Amino acid sequence: MSEVINTSNNGVNVDALLGAREAFTQTPEAAQFKWRTSCTWINGTHSRSSVEGYFGLGAEQSHRKEFIFDSDHPEIFASEDNGVTPNEFILVALASCLTAGIATIAEHRGIQLNSVKATLEAGMDLQGVLGVDADVRNGFDGIKVHFDIDADASSEDIAALVAQSQKRSAAFDIVTNPTNVAVSVN
Amino acid sequence: MTNNNPHTIDTIVIGAGHAGLAVSYCLTGRSIDHLVFERGEVANSWRNERWDSLKLLTPNWQSRLPGYSYRGENPDGYMDVKEVIGFIENYALHSKAPVQTSTTVTSLKKTSRGYQVVTNRGTWNCRSVVIASGACNLPSIPRAAETLPDNVQQVTSREYRNPEQLKQGGVIIVGASSTGLQLAEEIHRSGRPVTIAVGEHVRLPRIYRGRDIQWWMDAAGILDEGQSDIDDINRVRRLPSPQLIGSRKHPILDLNVMGDLGIQLVGRLMAVNNGVVQFSGSLKNVCALADLKMNRLLKVIDEWAVQNPQTSEYAPIERFEPTRVDETPCLGLNLADNDIKTIIWATGYRPDYSWLDVPVLDRKGMIRHQGGVADSPGMYVVGLPFLRHRKSSFLHGAEDDARFICEHLDSFLNGTTRKSENGFY
Repeated sequence: MSEVINTSNNGVNVDALLGAREAFTQTPEAAQFKWRTSCTWINGTHSRSSVEGYFGLGAEQSHRKEFIFDSDHPEIFASEDNGVTPNEFILVALASCLTAGIATIAEHRGIQLNSVKATLEAGMDLQGVLGVDADVRNGFDGIKVHFDIDADASSEDIAALVAQSQKRSAAFDIVTNPTNVAVSVN
Repeated sequence: MTNNNPHTIDTIVIGAGHAGLAVSYCLTGRSIDHLVFERGEVANSWRNERWDSLKLLTPNWQSRLPGYSYRGENPDGYMDVKEVIGFIENYALHSKAPVQTSTTVTSLKKTSRGYQVVTNRGTWNCRSVVIASGACNLPSIPRAAETLPDNVQQVTSREYRNPEQLKQGGVIIVGASSTGLQLAEEIHRSGRPVTIAVGEHVRLPRIYRGRDIQWWMDAAGILDEGQSDIDDINRVRRLPSPQLIGSRKHPILDLNVMGDLGIQLVGRLMAVNNGVVQFSGSLKNVCALADLKMNRLLKVIDEWAVQNPQTSEYAPIERFEPTRVDETPCLGLNLADNDIKTIIWATGYRPDYSWLDVPVLDRKGMIRHQGGVADSPGMYVVGLPFLRHRKSSFLHGAEDDARFICEHLDSFLNGTTRKSENGFY
């Protein structure tokens, strides 16, 4: 069907997104974004990252304010636990992206969401990062995501929301597919 | 015979496949003077670019072209390549289509009075042109192909004929549409270990509630859906072919069948790094997407069936087992360690418009058109997926498209076409 009568209000401005899609079809240069962060070592395994500026719509942009993220290792790693581990940030990223996607798609499809909660768990064998076993990778051996969703929709429609969210998620793509990382120094 | 002086004619049709011939039939019906240029013989692609065991995905009763239909003894069967060639060849003869074979178009240009068509057998001027060269001229191959080691044989679905042309050893088939799965099954039977890299795909049962899925799609009006019925026309035009096989004997061809045969399923092929082929971790979701989509279609069919009972009752409603995916699908295969000798690219096709010297291509290299009326006066295109309807992709869909295009073309030649609101003629 081509017309969706919007009976939902999940707080997402879908019109703006659809407008952006149209605009980017006309001017693909405007769709080129650059996300940034800068990270400063504090002490030990503790570092602090700052996110404020980014590039998009052909110009430098800025968040409403600077956002700060401390990252560290936990005390059982003989560290100080001044912030969550980098791995946990990645789970936060994936959860947030999928959740935002569910809200957006639900809005677009006229589905009222009442509550959405994602629980994530990723396994990791530390023998990888610690160099104990060369056959073990550094990263996750897999990520499990479980969504509890209460919405005014059938279970098939809810399943479709979750599937579509993965299909169109940046973080899901970044995590499930190879991405080039180039690191330079000085 | 090469003639250096340009000839003039009202219309030239480029391509003598089923779509070009359908257009020719309609042009003849309107007494529009035209020629059909075909670089090879009639039904060239079927002769030279398809694999040996291929069968049509549509049943024979659905094989029809303007003024012509299947009259064989097996309406519920599916034509093989020879039969398709025969069908199209006979159509050309029966409709007395003015086909000039062995004529390759090397350039199409706009002129003050229409178009100039340069071929290897002379130059023609025409007032209108119908591009019927099809959507499947060149295989679409991901860039990852360039990083594969030279000792791995690469074969595209256009070059593939049968398992015997492949080296002994493991095979990765990239693409899980109808071609990918058919090839996987026959290559597996040839004794070679097969892995299928699965991206987004369309799952459909061959037989549903006792009838061919094409019967349902036809009867329920799904094949007649047009652009106005569709949310995103660009998306449907790029849909991969559904996982079907032209067979009643082993009608179901889906990833569960593949898995049961011992074929390994992995995610979409993303990259090749240091002799390791990397697959996406999204396999579970692409399978979920396909299952959900299939179930949505079956629900539409069931709802239609309730409103439209037949004298012979429908078999009961059925649903199919969700696609079974490993807990932890493989994310990478070391080519050497796994004795992978061949990669088959079943990753689809794109048209070749290298000869098209008229500025009608969009930024993706596709012809800008509205339902077949191209963005250049007197230019038309046919034989593309969802050109005007979902059925445009199939043999029998050519007729309605051809009739519409030829009616428009006729008005154009008579000078009675109005420029439409969006600027297309």
